[in-house]
Amino acid sequence: MKIHEYQAKALMADRGIAVPMGRVATTVDEAVAAVRPLIEDSGNPVVVVKSQIHAGGRGKGRFKEYPDLGGVNVVTDGIDGGIEAAEARVRELARQMLGSILVTIQTGDEGKQVSRLYIEQGIDIATELYLSVLLDRASSRNIVMASTEGGTEIEVVAEATPEKILKEEIDPAFGLLPFQARHIAYSLGLEGDAFKNGVRFLDALTKAAVELDTDLVEINPLVVTTDGQVMALDGKMAFEANALFRHPDVAELRDVSEEDAAELEAKEYDLSFIKLDGDIGCMVNGAGLAMATMDIIQTVGGEPANFLDVGGGAEKEQIAAAFKIITKDPNVKGIFVNIFGGIMRCDIIAEGVIAAVEEVGLAVPLVVRLEGTNVELGKQMLDESGLDLVSATDMKDGAQKILELTR
Amino acid sequence: MSVMIGKDTKVLVQGMGKTGRFHTDKAIAYGTDMVGAVHPSRAGQTEVFEGETDHSGAPGRADTYRVEVPIFRTVAEAVAATGANASVVYVPPPFAADAIMEAADAGVPLIVCITEGIPVADMVKAKRYLEGKAVRLVGPNCPGVITPKECKIGIMPGYIHTPGRIGVVSRSGTLTYEAVHQLTLNGLGQTTAIGIGGDPVNGTNFVDALKAFNDDPATEGVLMIGEIGGTAEEDAAEWISANMTKPVASFIAGTTAPAGKRMGHAGAIISGGKGTAAAKIEALEAAGVVMAATPTDMGSAMMEAMSKV
Repeated sequence: MKIHEYQAKALMADRGIAVPMGRVATTVDEAVAAVRPLIEDSGNPVVVVKSQIHAGGRGKGRFKEYPDLGGVNVVTDGIDGGIEAAEARVRELARQMLGSILVTIQTGDEGKQVSRLYIEQGIDIATELYLSVLLDRASSRNIVMASTEGGTEIEVVAEATPEKILKEEIDPAFGLLPFQARHIAYSLGLEGDAFKNGVRFLDALTKAAVELDTDLVEINPLVVTTDGQVMALDGKMAFEANALFRHPDVAELRDVSEEDAAELEAKEYDLSFIKLDGDIGCMVNGAGLAMATMDIIQTVGGEPANFLDVGGGAEKEQIAAAFKIITKDPNVKGIFVNIFGGIMRCDIIAEGVIAAVEEVGLAVPLVVRLEGTNVELGKQMLDESGLDLVSATDMKDGAQKILELTR
Repeated sequence: MSVMIGKDTKVLVQGMGKTGRFHTDKAIAYGTDMVGAVHPSRAGQTEVFEGETDHSGAPGRADTYRVEVPIFRTVAEAVAATGANASVVYVPPPFAADAIMEAADAGVPLIVCITEGIPVADMVKAKRYLEGKAVRLVGPNCPGVITPKECKIGIMPGYIHTPGRIGVVSRSGTLTYEAVHQLTLNGLGQTTAIGIGGDPVNGTNFVDALKAFNDDPATEGVLMIGEIGGTAEEDAAEWISANMTKPVASFIAGTTAPAGKRMGHAGAIISGGKGTAAAKIEALEAAGVVMAATPTDMGSAMMEAMSKV
């Protein structure tokens, strides 16, 4: 689960991780009202207005409505014009940014609507660094990843200059040990106050990652200020869904407006659904088989409209819900149901498909491939239902048939 | 012969709730020796299983069965009383990692964890706990392990399997069924089928399974089913090219999966350009593995790999 930058920074601040002062705003007036206290408390006449969306690349992103306007704007009007000038500029920016669509490298062409701004104090930056805590699958442990190349996407650094990425493994029995934190701080070139603050920052950050069961904590850039402070200038946190049950306060930070409506609806029925760009809807049991079904549709020349795993023990109601979610997508020109019943019985699938079609109707061709437990009974039920569907003998046959029917 | 489990495997079930009970019954019907259960709140009771024998399983049994499974407070007590040498975990996600560690502490040499949705941090801890112990963990979030007509530990349908020459190892449940079914239809059959699970942190990995099959005299070839995410398939390719003496065929799911999205399994995600199907397929092909172009071709790819020997 992703959260917004301002939420991540609040969680960090609560755990002793240094972050700039900031205030969240959902209206123009709130944005303007944030300026005076920030400038007065920080003593820095500069403020930054940052779009809050669940996607990276905001600074380089551009608004659809204002092609020259980026998603993150530094307001320097306060340096010469005082607080009033800064407020006036923030008012102008907030009017443009709030409600507008920001397109970044991660949002896709459709972009994301900005409904929250984070107004932050200006920082006098000496150096920009990179820091993250994430799972290393090879060692089955969390690692700290650090780099002197702050502000650049870490994937780019990994590709171009892998030697500039430093990794320290966190033993779950001990946490990040002090010598490891020192090692990272030295490697990042920190000295004096910045060194001490960096070690403190690393300690607090890794403890927070463990305490909160994060999937990923990424600080990019981590900045060293001209007076030796070490701070999270940006902060991204993502949480592991399986562990949210022990963090009800974090679960509350979910912003459903940032998530796909169909994917959310699927989640309510314990279905795993991901929308794709093609026109052949798929309903499959098991994640691996669902992926393989998408693959085989493409192999025969089609494009899958979705990934949908109904799971191992779905009931009739879930099957019906899955069917409805697929048919709701206007791009879907045909549906391929591919089931290998193990625990899942083919007759349950047949029952669910029949119930769903009776309820929502069937406007597109349907190909069903059933195999496994109670396959004969399932096929018989579909045959006797009088539904207008085509049976397939195996996956490839099914993929070819649905392609023919939709082309 | 087979790997990990066979006729002499005595299985303990941890978590005798609805799911645990359902699959224990299926396992007994198949002929698995289910010797005891651990369920703290129900210790001292006996769970009775009776029904019609699944004749696709162990041969030479009566048409019906009646088995009483005693329930214990702890794994250690259960092992002491029953001599169990394997455990299957159906405990709910918040408590499953603890169940794994308890079984390891009691010296159970094979722990198969079926539970889906265990927090990653819990598995990180459990793996750390297992380090240095003579324990093999399979899973979590997996269908389990089966040696056809001998022993079934997990949730896979028994009847699609048939004894034979191929070792099967897979990150996906239903895709394993698909593969096993094809190997049954083309007559190659299976020695043992191992589901290693779809989580990012798991016990037995591809290399462990490949080693076991390479050392098993009855296994003549291996079918390996991978998917996007992580580098386990690339590691397997490296090991195969250096050590494997038997033919290997493979299928990798997720060629069409978009980056940055978890495809159902917690571990099936392409992140930061890593874990793509293309990279895995390339590595395996370079190691001499016969790749199935589609999941329908897994059985024939295995056949092709066997014919090259």
